[in-house]
Amino acid sequence: MSIFGFFNRKTSAPQARERLQILLAHERSSVGHSDLVALLREEIVAVIAKHVQVDRDKVNVKMDRGDQVSTLEVDIEIPLDASVRAA
Amino acid sequence: MAKVIVVTSGKGGVGKTTSTAALGAALAQRGEKTVVVDFDVGLRNLDLVMGAERRVVYDLINVIQGDAKLPQALIRDKRLETLHLLPASQTRDKDNLTSEGVETVMAELRKSFDWIICDSPAGIERGATLAMRHADIAVVVTNPEVSSVRDSDRIIGLLDAKTARAERGERVEKHLLLTRYDPARAERGDMLKVDDVLEILSIPLLGIIPESMDVLRASNIGSPVTLADTRSAPSLAYMDAAKRLAGEQIPMSVPGEKRGFFGKIFGRRAA
Ligand SMILES: Nc1ncnc2c1ncn2[C@@H]1O[C@H](COP(=O)(O)OP(=O)(O)OP(=O)(O)O)[C@@H](O)[C@H]1O
Ligand SMILES: [Mg+2]
Repeated sequence: MSIFGFFNRKTSAPQARERLQILLAHERSSVGHSDLVALLREEIVAVIAKHVQVDRDKVNVKMDRGDQVSTLEVDIEIPLDASVRAA
Repeated sequence: MAKVIVVTSGKGGVGKTTSTAALGAALAQRGEKTVVVDFDVGLRNLDLVMGAERRVVYDLINVIQGDAKLPQALIRDKRLETLHLLPASQTRDKDNLTSEGVETVMAELRKSFDWIICDSPAGIERGATLAMRHADIAVVVTNPEVSSVRDSDRIIGLLDAKTARAERGERVEKHLLLTRYDPARAERGDMLKVDDVLEILSIPLLGIIPESMDVLRASNIGSPVTLADTRSAPSLAYMDAAKRLAGEQIPMSVPGEKRGFFGKIFGRRAA
């Protein structure tokens, strides 16, 4: 490896870190809490649908495990013209 | 009051058995009565690492099945009279490890020991869940490498769900033991840093054990690394970790980061 190669070489640890963060966020929401998360998702969709029209696939519910507390992240995408009440 | 510790990881070969022996010996050196229990039925190795392989007569399964009384199966260490080993069975099927049997043995060990350290088998199957079942404290052994970190995350989830404490609505105290840490590789940016692993797993750090030939040497002579060479880097790191388990406040040192200027130059050249 040339001396320039040595200085320009990208290190691999940051990639490892990033891949793990994404993967584990996903795995934590699907493993263990799966029943609870699925249930919450269904009920949240039902409540939202009473007031606005939303696409079921645009409702994301995620559980993140922390040391002291877990956080529930709810991310709902509402289309521009959906501020109208559902029928 | 007796404390039950499980040394666990999910992934195999990360240093659970090495750590069980090293922490067990370090706690026993403090004069506290300690037993290390091998849960790796069929693949026992703790006896070998402890140098007691030729003294095994009865094992955990014999005790569970009533073929032997607990005191008959316990092997007292030749170097430290406060240190004991309860070996696993090498020949019996692991189905003989029953949930009730393990519960009875753990309750009995709690009566006569200060520290009960359970060496978990790899994986997330029955052997591993039984080893963690009665734990008050978990030492999650992790290497700074993607698959080990992922498996540790899985194990942390199990500790919060499948243990007797979790079922009673109590918490298992969880600690991260980062092993086989290579300061030179971390410095080059090709190994996850201590902070990366801590941030991802979000459990408190118990210690950082450097990758070292001293570990291999100790296992060759059948001695926990904390007894083989009390001055070696892994030995010092394990002794600090044991003190932290016992509740002492010991500042954390990252292997390789205390080196002075000359040490650094020398270390780079050697790497
Ligand atoms: N800090 C270290 N430096 C160098 N080698 C190490 C270190 N820790 C462990 N090892 C080596 O790694 C190998 C696996 O260690 P060990 O048997 O303790 O792992 P384990 O997690 O118990 O494995 P298993 O999952 O198979 O039970 C052994 O050869 C051991 O000597
Ligand atoms: Mg082992």
